Amino acid sequence: MHPHISTFYLASVRVRAAELLPWIVALAAFFLFPDFLSLGARILIYILLVLSLDLVIGYAGIVTLGHAAFFGIGAYTAGILSAHFGIKDPLLQLAAAGTVACLVGFGTGLYVLRTSGLTLIMLTLAISALCLEVANKATSWTGGADGLSGVTIAPILGYFRFDLWGKTAYLYSLAVLFVVWWLVRTLLNSPFGASLAGIRDNRTRMEGIGALVNRRLVQVYSISAGIAGLAGALLTQTNQFVGLNALGFELSGEILVMLVLGGVGRLYGAFIGTAAYLIAQDQLAKKFPEDWYLGVGILLVGVTMFARGGLLGALDSLTARLRRALKL
Amino acid sequence: MLLSEIVSVLFHGAAYGTILYVISVGLSVTMGLMGFANLAHGVFAMAGGYTLTTLMGWYGVPFPLALLAAFVGTAVIGLILERLLYSRLYDAGELVQVLLCIGLIFIAVALARIGFGAQAQRVALPGYLQGQVSILGRDFIAYRVFIIIFSALLITALWIVIERTRWGAIVRAAVDNGRMAQSIGINTAMVFTLTFMLGSGLAGLGGALGVDLLSVQPTYPFEYLIYFLIVVALGGLGTVRGPFFAALLIGIGDTACKYWVPEFGSFFVFLAVTVILGLRPKGLFGTRA
Amino acid sequence: MTPALEVKGLCRSFGALIVADHIDFQLERGARHALIGPNGAGKSTFVNLLAGRLRPDAGRILLDGQDITRLSAAHRVKRGIGRTFQTNTLFRHLAVLDNVALAIAERMGVSGQLFRAASAHQEVIEEARALLTMLNLMALEKTVVRDLPYGQQRLVEIAIALGLRPRVLILDEPAAGVPSHESYLIFDAISQMPADIAILFIEHDMDLVFRFARRITVLASGAILMEGTPKEVESDRKVREIYLGESRG
Repeated sequence: MHPHISTFYLASVRVRAAELLPWIVALAAFFLFPDFLSLGARILIYILLVLSLDLVIGYAGIVTLGHAAFFGIGAYTAGILSAHFGIKDPLLQLAAAGTVACLVGFGTGLYVLRTSGLTLIMLTLAISALCLEVANKATSWTGGADGLSGVTIAPILGYFRFDLWGKTAYLYSLAVLFVVWWLVRTLLNSPFGASLAGIRDNRTRMEGIGALVNRRLVQVYSISAGIAGLAGALLTQTNQFVGLNALGFELSGEILVMLVLGGVGRLYGAFIGTAAYLIAQDQLAKKFPEDWYLGVGILLVGVTMFARGGLLGALDSLTARLRRALKL
Repeated sequence: MLLSEIVSVLFHGAAYGTILYVISVGLSVTMGLMGFANLAHGVFAMAGGYTLTTLMGWYGVPFPLALLAAFVGTAVIGLILERLLYSRLYDAGELVQVLLCIGLIFIAVALARIGFGAQAQRVALPGYLQGQVSILGRDFIAYRVFIIIFSALLITALWIVIERTRWGAIVRAAVDNGRMAQSIGINTAMVFTLTFMLGSGLAGLGGALGVDLLSVQPTYPFEYLIYFLIVVALGGLGTVRGPFFAALLIGIGDTACKYWVPEFGSFFVFLAVTVILGLRPKGLFGTRA
Repeated sequence: MTPALEVKGLCRSFGALIVADHIDFQLERGARHALIGPNGAGKSTFVNLLAGRLRPDAGRILLDGQDITRLSAAHRVKRGIGRTFQTNTLFRHLAVLDNVALAIAERMGVSGQLFRAASAHQEVIEEARALLTMLNLMALEKTVVRDLPYGQQRLVEIAIALGLRPRVLILDEPAAGVPSHESYLIFDAISQMPADIAILFIEHDMDLVFRFARRITVLASGAILMEGTPKEVESDRKVREIYLGESRG
């Protein structure tokens, strides 16, 4: 399922031209589609979330079904800070949401990552069900099933007000995504990233060269949880509302679909898969909600049967085939 | 009055637990046998529920026949899906298996919504299962008494099949050591298919039996998945007895929580599961991971 | 002088099967020590006990006089016990250089580094290249391990172990599965290793054992049958009967 990068220590880390493409597209979209900026912000936020999922599933090889929990924790942290504590500064909320989610990721990671396989999957599921139940029942804090309203956000840096058209939200989300992308990219090219590849390739051997594998998995799990928390805070700030679905199992499933659609363990799979999924959903799901889910399901089954590399994987094998054809 | 409350909780919890067991036992055996976490197991239970409500509500099929049809129908669906999809992924990684299941869940949810709408299905039970029955001077809901008795008989039959018949011996051998079983000439592919079929059929039967406990609606496979998995996880993989005790525990525990501390919902059940699974990854009653 | 590695009364059994039976053993500093014995003698179990992949039922393991019996495999590596595995357990999808660099980075403590590119860690890369040069693998540094012939994979296995700069190096059948005309490559590499590393190796090929070992321990049924110089072992009747008799006809 994963593409394998074969070298870290001999790899060039210079930014390739193709890597600038997402940012060019994102900036161009800002000017070309001013009516779709709220969809655009949503896409950017989910890219951030799916990126964090890729870090865990694609790069650390931890199959989790509870990643939405961290997103939800970030979303509620930002929302509760605003609605109950009057802390309305978006950057402060962002930092708090990331920190809280990261800490919860660290705590649950220590606990969950001692196990593996089915037990691990079920533990992540159980913990996320636990979070959902807390959010559902602690109504005085979270608003329960009605959601948390009364969230107001101050202008960013005291200057950039969140506007009705979503311009600020879009650029703000884009900026956060850019910073996180750069950090993640750096992390993946670092010795730490190389050791993650080693763990995925042969965990026993990693222990055999003295690596404290478990500690490293907990680290990456916490980092990923923190990023998911940032995404959650962004969602709260752009919607000025938090609902229970920010925590649900369905969201965990959906972001997995986005990741797989784009390609697991490819960094840019998160960008392509999420954008493709959310744009298609925006166009189709309102008109044909049932058919949409049916189509996604069929697509997913098809991917597992025929195209495990996702869109980027298909692109890879297509270019490989073209290259071979041109040589002949 | 506390005693009366306890009896009531135990009674409803037992009915709930036995339903959970009938649905989940197949999941436990297939997980142990094939190492495949079939997260889409709830789809079969839902299919059983819809089969029953449709046959009875739309076509006036008598209850026992509808129950049988739910069993047979989902077993056949299980057969088809196992041959067509699951069997190709037994050697694939967990992630691929999880994805297939999520895909199947999405498909099932969408089909259910297209076919039956978003509301929960209602069904009129036959007269002889309506009302209350009096046992030891107490009134109990007749249908839940029926669920408990029917399930008890079913479970006994199942255990006899697994523990006394040749096929059961083969399944147990294959769970213990698949390669060994294969090397002594057991057709493991056939064993897998038959087991999957039976497990799906039982899930369908459980889903049909439990129509008034687990409401039959399109989000069924999402909503109850966690319960089915918990039963299996606590019961231990590849066993038929472990999940029984786990299911009873969860059925009664969840009922008790919702009865006495409704403001916490299922919180304590999930918390207990998280703690138990973390401390005993092989489950409460399991011997194998 | 304390021995590099010392084992006292080591026991381990699987159910009724005793695989390590009160083993007392010493590996001197700079040793070239062979562990031989018929199949099922418990050689691999012994190695796994030393490396920390198995826990002993009783007994103690001392590295430079310090008790390491309770340390995990990873912590023992950090203390200085390196090992190779009987069959290849490499990072099959990674390049040769990365296989070695992972081990070196781990030893240097830079593998937790998040913010500098791996390729900027020249100290790691240079050391890895030096090892590859020594083992004649330099031309293959970018080759993915699974594309290498088996013999060269064994060399990578050794390079990884050396990258850990162990004080004690355990080689579990370093030339197993390698065509005999290539096995000299591996033992050449071993003979070039720094003299202060204590090396314990398991080997079936008696010619290689008698050529490279300065001391030999014979294991049978989980217990030490005898220990001595190659000459003493070769002339021992018990050993000839149960062991050499088979392989030398």
